[in-house]
Amino acid sequence: MSQAGVEQHGQHRQPREQWTGQVGFILAAIGSAVGLGNIWRFPGVAYENGGGAFLIPYLVALITAGIPILFLDYAVGHRFRGSAPTAFRRLGGPRGRSLEALGWFQVAICFVISLYYTVVIAWALSYFVFSFDLRWGDDPAGFLVGDYLQASDPGFSLSFVPSVLIPLVLIWVAVIVVLALGVARGVQRVNVIFLPLLVVAFAALVVRALFLDGAAEGLNALFTPDFAALADPNVWIAAYSQIFFSLSIAFGIMITYASYRRRRSNLTTPGLVVAFANSSFEILAGIGVFATLGFFAFQQGVAVGELEGLTGVGLSFITFPAIVSQMPGGPIFGILFFGSLAMAGFTSLLSVLQVVSAGFQEKFGLTPRQAAVRVGVVAAVLSILLFSTTTGLLALDTVDNWANNIGIVLSAILASVFAFWVLRKGPELRYHLNSVSTFRVGGTWTVLAGILAPVILGYMLISRIVSLIVDGYADYPQWYLLALGWGAIAVIVLGAVLLTVLRWRQDPDDFRAWPPLPDHTPPHHAAAPAKGGRR
Amino acid sequence: MTGIAIFFLVLAIVLVWGGFTVSVLYLSRQPDRHDFPPGGEDDHREDIAPVERDT
Repeated sequence: MSQAGVEQHGQHRQPREQWTGQVGFILAAIGSAVGLGNIWRFPGVAYENGGGAFLIPYLVALITAGIPILFLDYAVGHRFRGSAPTAFRRLGGPRGRSLEALGWFQVAICFVISLYYTVVIAWALSYFVFSFDLRWGDDPAGFLVGDYLQASDPGFSLSFVPSVLIPLVLIWVAVIVVLALGVARGVQRVNVIFLPLLVVAFAALVVRALFLDGAAEGLNALFTPDFAALADPNVWIAAYSQIFFSLSIAFGIMITYASYRRRRSNLTTPGLVVAFANSSFEILAGIGVFATLGFFAFQQGVAVGELEGLTGVGLSFITFPAIVSQMPGGPIFGILFFGSLAMAGFTSLLSVLQVVSAGFQEKFGLTPRQAAVRVGVVAAVLSILLFSTTTGLLALDTVDNWANNIGIVLSAILASVFAFWVLRKGPELRYHLNSVSTFRVGGTWTVLAGILAPVILGYMLISRIVSLIVDGYADYPQWYLLALGWGAIAVIVLGAVLLTVLRWRQDPDDFRAWPPLPDHTPPHHAAAPAKGGRR
Repeated sequence: MTGIAIFFLVLAIVLVWGGFTVSVLYLSRQPDRHDFPPGGEDDHREDIAPVERDT
């Protein structure tokens, strides 16, 4: 009997789910990375941080932090073959089992993000329908805040808003069904359909936008470089933030997705495809959004720089509806824009919830269907209670700020510090990447993922914490920020601790990583650089 | 559009979309390694069963 492929021996375990192949994995990973932030965040961030010159810090951030951390996630998930809690527990080894808590921290972040991310997709779905008759009329801002969201002051309300509640329930039902179908038949299949559809729909939108009056002025505004901005450290931080939040890294998604790849799978080259595909879509979004904003400025008789609402909710649900109302063939443009937003959001949402589902499947011995229904129903109820009420908009804004800027950044720093410094697993992870991949990584990868990335992210985290404590956030009352912002972080930490101490249904430690480190090679020499393609 | 804006638009497209194109071409030429270490063969029951070969 060969020992080939022996890693686990529990006879009652179900076979691990798998992507059907490399293309399926790549499409799902791109679907996860390309989300709302690509469309509504990147164009505005680029414009406000040096325009064309932003390209320089953006590409530097992609190569020095985005791709290295993406490879780190791939290596952890693929070598230790599990969701984030399982993979980190196995990474920790016999003396570091409690590193499982970091995995649950990431699962809890995903759970919290899913609660409000679903709501934004529900809004996009509503606006997709509203586009047919331009329901927002002449006052998109008043329509969004008043008629549609019926937003009230910061607080807690149980006054549900039916126009949000109905699409929200539909989204939750859809996502539970997809997750219940499993990785290949559910998540992968949806991505295989939605991702090409998204690219075609958004490309059609961009082509239309380029032929609008004023489009050239919009592109001038976006691409004219302000080289002085490169001397501002905040511009560089903005670039690292954009890359970091956009690539779906450091909160369990890419660990989970990589764990569904076969053992004999190329990791790094598909990673490069995913990273550059994500950035390619951001450039496409920048062109489309600013060509459209150029048209709007032309219609208003102002410069693009005088427009308000260039990012986030304001851009998507106030500025764009206003533009659509003034545009010949506006309804079609609105359908394309909000349809793209909903599709991009839905494929990212699937990845966020797959992290939670996979964690529960492995710890509590659940099938994909059981985990999807149990996790999905609990999340749906919380999502509806918190975010489909008249106070939902402010709650969403607050929780989103803390979950991303504190939760995910902290998670990335901890993952890097534990993997490279505390456990000193950098050489083993590098050896793993180089053993299975066609694009090999060298010592540079260790420096970037193990030193540069945590230093930059540490600076981002500390400066953000200081800013939130000193300046607060968006003029919301302190008690509200304490309850929903810091409260969200407290819930995430508490959830991570509680889930860590619960008993595993099946022993996750009966596991040997493949490929084994060469016996004769000390771990710190195991990742001897190989020829070609080194970074 | 101004010349410098066109230059940076083209530069962004060449670098980012070019990077995407090059990585896709690189992957299509070498989709997988030919020299994987021994073992690691999935049999769709990878978490329960080893690959067995009677000799």
